[in-house]
Amino acid sequence: MSNQESMNRVRAGLARRYAAERRFRMYGVIAILLSLAFLLMLFVSIIGNGYTAFQQTYIKLDVNFDPAMLDPTGSGDMKIINRTGDFQGVIKQALRDAFPGVTKRGDKRNLYGLVSGGAGFELRDRLHADPGLMGRTVSIWVTADAEIDMVVKGHIDREVPEDDRRVKDQTIAWIDALVAEDRLEKRFNITFFTAGDSRNPEQAGIWGAAVGSVYTLIVTLVLSFPIGVAAAIYLEEFAPTNRFTDFIEVNINNLAAVPSIVFGLLGLAVFINFFGMPRSAPMVGGLVLTLMTLPTIIIASRAALKSVPPSIREAALGIGASKMQMVFHHVLPLAMPGMLTGAIIGMAQALGETAPLLMIGMVAFIVDIPGGVFDPSTVLPVQIYLWADSPERAFVERTSAAIMVLLAFLVTMNALAVLLRKRFEKRW
Amino acid sequence: MQTSTLIIVLLLLSSALYYLGRQRSLTVANGEARKLHSLPSYYGYYAALWCLLPALAILAIWNGFETKVITTLVVNGLPDAVRNVGDAKLGLIVNDIRNLATGGMTSVDPDPAMIAAAKHYADLRGISHAALAVVALVIASIGGFFAWRHIATGHRARNKVESIVKGFLLSSSTLAIFTTVGIVLSVLFEAVRFFNQIPITDFLFGLQWSPQMAIRADQVGSSGAFGVIPLFVGTMLISLIAMVVAAPTGLMAAIYLSEYANRKVRAVVKPMMEILAGIPTVVYGFFAALTVAPFLRDTGGILGLDVSSESALAAGLVMGIMIIPFVSSLSDDVINAVPQAMRDGAYGLGATRSETIRNVIIPAALPGIVGGMLLAVSRAIGETMIVVMAAGLSANLTANPLEAVTTVTVQIVTLLVGDQEFDSPKTLAAFALGLSLFVTTLILNVVALHVVRKYREQYE
Repeated sequence: MSNQESMNRVRAGLARRYAAERRFRMYGVIAILLSLAFLLMLFVSIIGNGYTAFQQTYIKLDVNFDPAMLDPTGSGDMKIINRTGDFQGVIKQALRDAFPGVTKRGDKRNLYGLVSGGAGFELRDRLHADPGLMGRTVSIWVTADAEIDMVVKGHIDREVPEDDRRVKDQTIAWIDALVAEDRLEKRFNITFFTAGDSRNPEQAGIWGAAVGSVYTLIVTLVLSFPIGVAAAIYLEEFAPTNRFTDFIEVNINNLAAVPSIVFGLLGLAVFINFFGMPRSAPMVGGLVLTLMTLPTIIIASRAALKSVPPSIREAALGIGASKMQMVFHHVLPLAMPGMLTGAIIGMAQALGETAPLLMIGMVAFIVDIPGGVFDPSTVLPVQIYLWADSPERAFVERTSAAIMVLLAFLVTMNALAVLLRKRFEKRW
Repeated sequence: MQTSTLIIVLLLLSSALYYLGRQRSLTVANGEARKLHSLPSYYGYYAALWCLLPALAILAIWNGFETKVITTLVVNGLPDAVRNVGDAKLGLIVNDIRNLATGGMTSVDPDPAMIAAAKHYADLRGISHAALAVVALVIASIGGFFAWRHIATGHRARNKVESIVKGFLLSSSTLAIFTTVGIVLSVLFEAVRFFNQIPITDFLFGLQWSPQMAIRADQVGSSGAFGVIPLFVGTMLISLIAMVVAAPTGLMAAIYLSEYANRKVRAVVKPMMEILAGIPTVVYGFFAALTVAPFLRDTGGILGLDVSSESALAAGLVMGIMIIPFVSSLSDDVINAVPQAMRDGAYGLGATRSETIRNVIIPAALPGIVGGMLLAVSRAIGETMIVVMAAGLSANLTANPLEAVTTVTVQIVTLLVGDQEFDSPKTLAAFALGLSLFVTTLILNVVALHVVRKYREQYE
């Protein structure tokens, strides 16, 4: 075969080969675009469902702080008023005054449903802050019921036939009347950020879960960072190469890939059933997450120690430092930024973890804000899981909003890790 | 004294001993530090550690046994009539006594015997706390004092402190072993109790899974069925769908990023992938249940297909999205580990880029890619939140992705969330499932890690 002939044969195949090349390249582009499209869809779905939760509907009522209802014994003592005052009755009276045309029993009950079941507590707090309100009539904005909130935000479609709709025509007419009188308004939803969990969507907030998350993460960080760094130092600087060291390494690598729910089983069997620690406590959650994040921190810390050049170690040993001094005075400070980055990434993992915490009872319905690491509490991802199970439409938007808050925390932590790496990364 | 206060006092005491020890070392050397064997601060650490560690050990042991000992004492002090009511009831009574003693709520109106017992309990706790404080402080002082007395110019304080520190480093690294052992023992122990009630063959080869146990003996359907096959089939089905989505997408994305994309594209796309990897699984679960599952059901409705609203397809699809970045970053690692010389050789022979990738790079990187895929499968099998929120609860033995199936992890969660007796087969079954999950993923991980390591060594 002459040179010319073989060139011809190559040329004849070129078009086909280039087409194959373009196709292959396109598959790559499609794969990337597909992943990015998934990411976009996820964010659009969450944000589209959730952004309305940051606002909440309020209704202005002319409330008469009637001493006959709030303080029937005439004691004037705030403690007694707090306990026995019929604040919800005052709200109902105000609603009846606002809609004098409503007389039938069933209609009245619907009317009371306009405002949240917790509106009485809002009044109580107002009175607490200003006892001079007693006996006066004041215009007060109270939280509207979640269903009303949904109508105002347009999540409940008015065009649907009345029988298929949770909110009836009568109520919608009242809402329109309130809007016409400027007595209904959407405002920033403070409750969502300051309250604990509740069965009523309009009273439910993420603060309790956020505090629980903080306690759990503190326990996790305090335990896993020192232990993880110590383990990394031992394995990287001191461990002899033998079977035992190999066994430790196999264990660490394997633990990094054990399903998280198995750690939950461990926590349930060991910490709760064997050691008798309280269920639902951030302490136990922190312990479980410590065991889970340790491999991440150890692996990152070892990488950080490896990146410190041997010349530093030799220089320190050369001027008479002991091995321990060499590690703690010279190598460790240089490896610290890398270790902190690993720790932050581990913490971000722990913050988003749900499954093992379900096993140790952090899934309970808890209204109170936890005050310490042994108080029953829940965490943000578990709160999201709990709300996602609730059928009310108002919880869908609150779930999405809670996810947005959780993602904001995670993005901040990861950005911090990247920043730390960029700022302190040293090329030797 | 509260435990936390006691710890703070001990810390203060040991820092005081640090200064005393340091001071003493300088005194015995007449102010000339170079006469000492170690730096003065090491003598300080030596004294402080001798003060702190024994006291902390006592504290830990004491706290571990305090509740048990006190409870036994209180139970022995109860009137016989109360004491002989059976273990379960006695447990409730003890709980009530504890709540009474700490000022909490009780399940029944307390009678005088219980109030007396609660007082007894509170008294014993008070005595125990006081005794602990005294013992810990005395031991701390004695330890500190002897260490302080020991300090002399020839005393090798640094070596002793360093060996203590080294002991801490070593024990930290062995924690990984203890965790593994803890997992194996805790899961195995409960699983064996389960297999004592349900034969292991029924569990492994049974085709029926309905863990409802009857409360009364004569109730309909009183025998729960614990056949694990439907769960494993469901798990495999969902994992398979996830891998069908994730494996090609992740692999092609990794190939494009490492072989074709320029620096700018990489700088944008890689962080995006990391975001996808960093999203908590509960968020994916919510996304699957809220958006993907209804979308699939509606699309199926238009096409005339009957898609369940908890279909395996929705859960598998979203799980696939979750695993894409995992596959892509693992593949990226192995592709980058292929030496440049092999690419250059192929280009030199006139191969196009895609020919190089298909005929040279992928065959060379295949063991690593396979290992990465195995790790991804193990992740899909162990994934919990997506399936808990988007897959079904009833165990169907089916291979149809449009139907609802359940998985091992879903069943573990449903069996263990909520209150139930701890020794009913229903609860213990969760641990048996946990054991099978752990063993499955362990085998996958060990094989995958072995393959990846072997492959890496080949080019290093």
